[in-house]
Amino acid sequence: MQANKYIVITVLVIIAAVAFMSSAYRVDETEQVVITQFGRVIGEPVTEPGLKFRIPFIQNANFFPKNIQAWDGEPGQIPTLDKTYIWVDTFCRWRITDPVAFLRTVTDMTSAMGRLDDIINPAVRNVVTSHELIETVRTSNREMTTLDQEELDDVTTEAIKEVAEEEDDEREQYTVEVGRAALTRMMLAEAQPKLDKFGIELIDVKIKRVNYVEGVRKSVYNRMIAERKQMAEKIRSIGQGEARKIEGDKERDLMEIQSEAYRKAEEIKGKADAEATTIYADAYGRDHEFYSFIKSLEVYTNSLEGADLVLSTDSDFLKYLDTLEPLPQSSSN
Amino acid sequence: MNWDWEKLQQRQKERSKSGGGSGGSGGGGLPPQVDDIINKFRDFKFSKGWILIIVVIAALLVGSTTVYTVGTNEVGVIQRFGQYIRTTQSGLHFKLPAGIEKVTKVKTKRVYTEQFGLKADDVSNSSDFGVSRDEIEVAMMLTGDLNVGLVPWIVQYRIKDPYNYLYNVADVRQLIRDMAEASMRLVVGDRSINEVISRRQEIAADAAVRLQKDLDEAETGISIATVELGNTNVPEPVQDSFNEVNRAVQEKEEMIYQARKDYNQVIPRARGQAEKTVETAKGYAFRRVDRAEGDASRFLSRYEAYQDAEDVTRRRLYLEMMEEVVPSLGNKYIVDSRQDNLLPLLNLGMKKGAQDAGQ
Repeated sequence: MQANKYIVITVLVIIAAVAFMSSAYRVDETEQVVITQFGRVIGEPVTEPGLKFRIPFIQNANFFPKNIQAWDGEPGQIPTLDKTYIWVDTFCRWRITDPVAFLRTVTDMTSAMGRLDDIINPAVRNVVTSHELIETVRTSNREMTTLDQEELDDVTTEAIKEVAEEEDDEREQYTVEVGRAALTRMMLAEAQPKLDKFGIELIDVKIKRVNYVEGVRKSVYNRMIAERKQMAEKIRSIGQGEARKIEGDKERDLMEIQSEAYRKAEEIKGKADAEATTIYADAYGRDHEFYSFIKSLEVYTNSLEGADLVLSTDSDFLKYLDTLEPLPQSSSN
Repeated sequence: MNWDWEKLQQRQKERSKSGGGSGGSGGGGLPPQVDDIINKFRDFKFSKGWILIIVVIAALLVGSTTVYTVGTNEVGVIQRFGQYIRTTQSGLHFKLPAGIEKVTKVKTKRVYTEQFGLKADDVSNSSDFGVSRDEIEVAMMLTGDLNVGLVPWIVQYRIKDPYNYLYNVADVRQLIRDMAEASMRLVVGDRSINEVISRRQEIAADAAVRLQKDLDEAETGISIATVELGNTNVPEPVQDSFNEVNRAVQEKEEMIYQARKDYNQVIPRARGQAEKTVETAKGYAFRRVDRAEGDASRFLSRYEAYQDAEDVTRRRLYLEMMEEVVPSLGNKYIVDSRQDNLLPLLNLGMKKGAQDAGQ
């Protein structure tokens, strides 16, 4: 019975293999295992990866992930302290730090998600409701520049700048005392103690999205539109102001240039006139009778053309026409 | 995560089956028809030929799982019974057969891209067509001045550390997406809507730094290559008013430009004009003084000469003048000094100024 012998050997080999297979188990890098025997936990949880053994059929290996897991929060409508309704979508990262406790209290991943929902969602809600909206949005009080500030770059008029900057001060409401980062830490601090008993450690809670709910959105849009329109007006007005100022500069410069030129010109002319007067006075002052004589002659020459002339024969000019008198004793003046 | 679940369930299934698989090769789905196999074994007559065939097939099966290739842009990560053993670079490699060692190939040189709300920047010109609400929700963010902006962006990343990537975090891709959203919103939440629209590069750089920091803390083995922002915008209902602001900015610039242009048209010309006025005045001054000096010097010369012979010179000058003037005069009347009655005969009204001519 050669064949039977083979069959027996084969069956034995198979049984041995089955026993081996059911006692050995593989632990992945991402897994940890709790061994239970009829529901009771046996020994320390296995956290090192590799090939491990247990007593087949009696002991049971319960696999849990060891790596970091994600939890995605249900986005919820939450009112902030200043009564604005927002959608807040959070997520967190967590891991099983105590698989034994996890096995006892939670048993599997699906119910773990349920527990996380039950604990983190209210924590998020509590923290958001007890703070103003801006605390959820901003993280720091980093200075933000607004469009009109940028638009002041090419404005040189101090008065316009002052007006524009005054308005900015009114907008100082966007400052935070806590900020988003601190808020998420609060959420973590509120949720973590409640998760300790489940063997779960929260690594962080983060806010993924914050948005206005539909109803609020409309009014926010309207506010944005109003703000923009106002800003547009302001920018136009800044432009007009600046343009007027430049026009003013132009008029002023123009007048200054013109009047200065006039002043200089008149000064120069006046000085020249004075100098000329002095020169004339110096020269003609030597003998003003002679000056008036020759100047008169010049004037006659230039001005009498075409005039009628009645001359008496008495005149010096015609006296020779009338009579030829003998020479007087001496020439008269 | 799904991967883990499936595996876990598979394992549980495996364990719940009481019958084991056949031998160590442990290929795919092992167990069910153990009885059939045994029956077949019984029916067969074991010949050397059969055994040879079985051994060859088994050797082939085992052999085929001991050789693997790693591509140029990836590395192979080897686990033995689930435990990390080594990382191999590209090329042909051997490992222990399936069931003992497992290779996971990780593309470390490849750049992966995640998009966030990228279609949302078409929202203005595609009239919501093809843009899912979700895409807009991803891009929609609150800004630091409590306005709403649409910020689409992409994140490009590489797997820097395959070990961390594979084993530290479940579902790395989801984590990257979540963290990218969180960090981008953190950055945008600290900026005004104007900055969101006009300073995209700055925001992208800031978000990249924050995201990398978060991912490093989480030990994901991911290295961010770039974060890039698409066209940032405001929600559609508000876009008109934003455009109006842009128009206002244009108008403002136009107004200032126009005013400067006017200024530049007028002022240089006025300066030239002023120069001209001053120079003309200087010219006048030169002329005036020069003429005065000329006149004076002529006068003085004549005066000196005159002093030598006053009476004669006087007469000469007078007569020279008369010589010049008289021919150019109009009517000339000569009146005898001894005759008085001529005057009434003259029609003096005929020519004006006749009397002025009298000396």
